[in-house]
Amino acid sequence: MNAIREFFRTFLLFELVKGMALTGRHMFARKITIQFPDEKTPQSPRFRGLHALRRYPNGEERCIACKLCEAVCPALAITIESDQRTDGTRRTTRYEIDLTKCIFCGFCEESCPVDSIVETRIFEYHGERRGDLVYTKEMLLAIGDRYEDQIAQDRASDAAYR
Amino acid sequence: MSFQSAVFWVFSAILLFAALRVITARNPVHAALFLVLAFATSAGLWMLLEAEFLAITLVLVYVGAVMVLFLFVVMMLDINLDRLREGYWDYLVPALVVAGVMVAEMATILWGRYFQLVASPAPAAKAAGYSNTRELGRLIYTDYVYAFEIAAVILLVAIVAAIALTLRSRKDTKYQDPARQIAVRKEDRVRIVSMSAEGATAPEPEKGTGSA
Amino acid sequence: MEYFETLLGPAWPVVWTLAKIVAIVLPLMIGVAYLTLAERKVIGYMQVRLGPNRVSFFGLRWLRGWGQPIADGLKLLTKEIIIPTGANKFLFILAPILSIMPALAAWAVVPFDPNLVLANVDAGLLYVLAITSMGVYGVIIAGWASNSKYAFLGSLRSAAQIVSYEIAMGFALVGVLMMAHSLNLVEIVKQQQGSYGALSWNWVPLFPMFLVYLISGVAETNRAPFDVAEGESEIVAGFHVEYSGMAFAVFFLAEYANMILVSTLCATMFLGGWLSPIPGLPDGFPWLLAKVAFVLFLFLWFRATFPRYRYDQIMRLGWKVFIPVTLVWLLVIGGWMQTPYWLWASGAH
Repeated sequence: MNAIREFFRTFLLFELVKGMALTGRHMFARKITIQFPDEKTPQSPRFRGLHALRRYPNGEERCIACKLCEAVCPALAITIESDQRTDGTRRTTRYEIDLTKCIFCGFCEESCPVDSIVETRIFEYHGERRGDLVYTKEMLLAIGDRYEDQIAQDRASDAAYR
Repeated sequence: MSFQSAVFWVFSAILLFAALRVITARNPVHAALFLVLAFATSAGLWMLLEAEFLAITLVLVYVGAVMVLFLFVVMMLDINLDRLREGYWDYLVPALVVAGVMVAEMATILWGRYFQLVASPAPAAKAAGYSNTRELGRLIYTDYVYAFEIAAVILLVAIVAAIALTLRSRKDTKYQDPARQIAVRKEDRVRIVSMSAEGATAPEPEKGTGSA
Repeated sequence: MEYFETLLGPAWPVVWTLAKIVAIVLPLMIGVAYLTLAERKVIGYMQVRLGPNRVSFFGLRWLRGWGQPIADGLKLLTKEIIIPTGANKFLFILAPILSIMPALAAWAVVPFDPNLVLANVDAGLLYVLAITSMGVYGVIIAGWASNSKYAFLGSLRSAAQIVSYEIAMGFALVGVLMMAHSLNLVEIVKQQQGSYGALSWNWVPLFPMFLVYLISGVAETNRAPFDVAEGESEIVAGFHVEYSGMAFAVFFLAEYANMILVSTLCATMFLGGWLSPIPGLPDGFPWLLAKVAFVLFLFLWFRATFPRYRYDQIMRLGWKVFIPVTLVWLLVIGGWMQTPYWLWASGAH
């Protein structure tokens, strides 16, 4: 009896029909595609996107050139050179992130003692030439200035868990 | 010159060229491909003779199957052209003798009428609706049924012999049997046991362990 | 029309035939283009995605997605055809042509209607079988001429696979031949005319052969789950790994044209061609179109459902399952036809 059942199951392609019924059902399922430029997924405040350098409310840049981020960066994407400024403080003369190397792990953000280097929620950016994705200090500061409200808000909302 | 004979001459020229290239091409793959061309062209010539069943079968069997397997083998050969060229002159004389005999034989048949060897008259034109596939089938399965069946059995024996000669089965080879694989049901392999949950009586792990 | 006939004189039959060929090939090419879109849409929907829905014509919202095949074609047209070093240039270019030639040539004998067929030849079934068996040369030559290991492996796989499945396919067609007593495709469809509508078509008495033909058709067109010649997860893209631009597009066209061809033949030989499934309704070309669309949908459905076969199992299926099944059913049908209990007898012969 069992053998006969197996025989018919095999030759009537029972398993295959079962599989096709599954895909056939899914054809009428609600589609979960998010149509990107028109629709966007919600982002966490911890989202790790494009980097930014922040400033204090008085306009002074936060970075003190301690080079912890450079040391911790697993992809060696950060390059820092520092010098003494005329007022005697140590500041960076060069702060570059090569975004073609960066793996967006967020270690730089975590290592920073003054919350200067942060990762923002921006993930839609591009470069048209080879060097375009090496972000310099000026570019990073500009991003920080532009999105300071959002960055501060994200940091505040996540502060309880740090 | 009628259109039909023009087609005949063009096809014959292509056929001769292809056949010549089969034996002169340096690369065996090219030779095999020229053989395909030769088969396709001769199928065209047979079509002109109103032997459509034979023509299509030639394409189907030789072009579609035999030459594919030929190419399959030839493409995988590691060919050393210098080695292939060796002994060309040694074989030339016997080859020429064989070729000469074949040409003489074919000439005798083709000019049979001239030598008064062929007695049968030229075939009459066929009526419309005449299917030589049907006629061939009728002949094979009625008048020549024994000859046909014996030929088929001999071929079958040849296949069996070829397989028996080349098949080596090792005892330690492991293989799967797909029929058994798909016959497996969940009940054969998985046993679901209902047990009371133990977690409720287990002691709570102390807070903070592992974080230090 | 008579005006043109007198104008062109002896050249008229040639021109008229060419016009008919264009009338077949042009809709076919459009069908191929939109089959690619249908495939992406259907598989997308089965995977709970949306599929292409951006490119439209003149920015019309309700045509979104419909411009995709045209855009793809234009993109491929403008791309460079790269010929690899060490490739055999002549054969490299010849391969795509050899691949699309049979896919188009076989349409010569396909009947769209009792009177609408380019060449109503008596050995139509054999012709189709012979022509489609030549399609493998495109794949083999492409693999060999590319001078690439992956392409070569793909062509070897394809050669062995197609030769194996052709035998099962041929036996399945022998069943059709026995039903119709004819190799003429028009006769084959006419024989399926019966008083039971869809139940008097060949797929009922020849059900195992119908399945074998359908599955062998999937294998012959190198479609999933038999797409080992491409096998992108094993051998990158198989035989067409070195092809780019229009040469690649021609392979693509050939694959889809072959799909449409196999579906049409399946509809003609097993699903009653232009005959209507319900006895009362009039027969006609739209029925053929609907049946072809149904079989094509099955092709896409298979691709969305089944994982790729392992190569040795493909061979096993072809040789150790399909050929015995068709042989047994040939005997069953042959014996059954001799008894008075044969239900599908048609009065034609």
